Amino acid sequence: MPTATPGVRRRGRRTGIPYVFLAPAVILFLAFFLAPIGYAGYLSLRKVRISGLGLGRGSRTEVFAGLENYRNAVTDSELWSGALRVLGYGALLVPTMLGLALLFALLLDRPRAQLARFSRTAIFLPYAVPAVIASLLWGFLYLPATSPLNDLLVRFGLPEPDLLGTDAVFYAVVNIALWGGVGFNMIVLYTALRAIPPELYESARLDGCSEIQVALRIKIPLLAPALVMTTLFTMIATLQVFSEPMTLAPMTNSISSTWTPLMKIYRDAFATDDRYAAAATSVLVAAITLVLSLGFLRLVQKRAFGQEH
Amino acid sequence: MAGTDTATTGRGTLTGQPERSGAGTGGRPDGQGRIARLAPTAILLLGAFYCLLPVAWVLVAASKDASTLFTSSTFAPGDALVDNVAGLSAYRDGLFWRWMLNTLLYAGVGAALSAAVSGLSGYTLAKFAFPGRSVVFNVLLAGVLVPGITLAVPQYLLLAKVGLTDTYWSVLLPSIVSPYGIYLARIYAAAAVPDSVVEAARVDGASEFGIFRRVALPMMVPGLITVFLLQFVAIWNNFLLPFIMLADDERFPVTLGLYTLLNQGNTQPALYRFVIAGSLLSIVPLVALFLSLQRYWRIDLLSGATKS
Repeated sequence: MPTATPGVRRRGRRTGIPYVFLAPAVILFLAFFLAPIGYAGYLSLRKVRISGLGLGRGSRTEVFAGLENYRNAVTDSELWSGALRVLGYGALLVPTMLGLALLFALLLDRPRAQLARFSRTAIFLPYAVPAVIASLLWGFLYLPATSPLNDLLVRFGLPEPDLLGTDAVFYAVVNIALWGGVGFNMIVLYTALRAIPPELYESARLDGCSEIQVALRIKIPLLAPALVMTTLFTMIATLQVFSEPMTLAPMTNSISSTWTPLMKIYRDAFATDDRYAAAATSVLVAAITLVLSLGFLRLVQKRAFGQEH
Repeated sequence: MAGTDTATTGRGTLTGQPERSGAGTGGRPDGQGRIARLAPTAILLLGAFYCLLPVAWVLVAASKDASTLFTSSTFAPGDALVDNVAGLSAYRDGLFWRWMLNTLLYAGVGAALSAAVSGLSGYTLAKFAFPGRSVVFNVLLAGVLVPGITLAVPQYLLLAKVGLTDTYWSVLLPSIVSPYGIYLARIYAAAAVPDSVVEAARVDGASEFGIFRRVALPMMVPGLITVFLLQFVAIWNNFLLPFIMLADDERFPVTLGLYTLLNQGNTQPALYRFVIAGSLLSIVPLVALFLSLQRYWRIDLLSGATKS
């Protein structure tokens, strides 16, 4: 803080400045984050009561419902199977994506890596492709009529798999998300690797450590904060899976309208017009995401967040 | 095995340190050493192949006409690329190009506003001490963890109350505030804008906003370009928000437009070739933007490598 005495008036004028500067962000945050959260919470405790035959104005009134919507959500088997599907999806996708991203980043960071620039750009490229477009492209690659895999198998007279079948479609969606996300995570980890001072492992190399040992014992531990960040953001994105199954749905019968919890929220809010059930499910999904993210952060002892002041 | 590898190929390290002498086995890699040396490159190329495969496919598929799309060999190119693009451009008086412009508007304007708001907020949080600072910062930070997508339904219902749904605003406004962008801008401002410079400008009698505009902002530009790019991709990528907010396809972004075309493809298979040509055309600008702005990907920010 400045010490000059004539600054008293100036400082008095200045105390309001930070609030003015923060106003745009705070107002937008209130309007598009906090208000919707609050409104979702409010709606989740309401329901519509229909009086008489439900005809005419005034026959539908909104009343307090207590926890009824939550009770319905928790006992809804469709929601459960969607939620379990997404948890399984995350359990498969997150380690695969981070593992591959880490492997690629370490391989790029080797001394004298060959074709590194080309590989790096090519693997990062899918990040520029929106999930909907990625799902369209992969959808056609899966579709038996246009799939190169089926094309190849038919040539050799082998049976054709249906990559969009009931069981396969789960892996089909995992693959699309993996394709879209591995490159970005690789770049984050690779940049973190480049920021490590090389002296830290030069001496290990001189002592005869192999590149694999250097990677396992020195590089990966130093990458921990970046790994925490990438894992956290991948987890949050994973629990929100929506675009990929939604885009694949017109190409197959294997994806129901409640395939993931978010698809169910969408259906409840707009197709069956039960915004109260949709609000309750939204609150549940947000709460579970928050619990999982905070639990994960606690597990790794808050190494990534809140350390910089 | 890998030990032999590093011993024989350990020349030319990053730091230009003196060449290790005597550690090598004298050149001539044996078979195992060669495998160990080639395997990493092979793995990377396999990854590159996997990532380029769908892009290569769409390049080929966009050149096929409606009849050969489902009948000819997958990677045999056709000669209908120009026809497909012309057909797509003519579809409903150039609706596709309108979708492209809409996307540019949502992502470009939204990301620019987002970078501006993030820059001002990040600078304020980094350079001012005031009551409530940590509360504001922590509440904003918690916003990073809120799955944005679960907000979309209540956002729609609230905007419906003020009659803003199915307008450009309904997609643009919720995209401006980015908790993650503010978080990054704060880290960047703390690292890139020295306190002494701000103090000197204050002593010179500059106004606080003038200090931000003329002193701090230029120093924060590289970080804010990163915020811009991240938000640009996030908006370009966001499917649910326009999907919920918009009804009139004149206002659709290209992702939503192609999705509706795909849905109609079930009854009009001829539209599939438009979907494919449109997919190709829609990724070209973003890929170009990426490759040209590659040096602005200040990802060290994201990985937490920048310390203040």
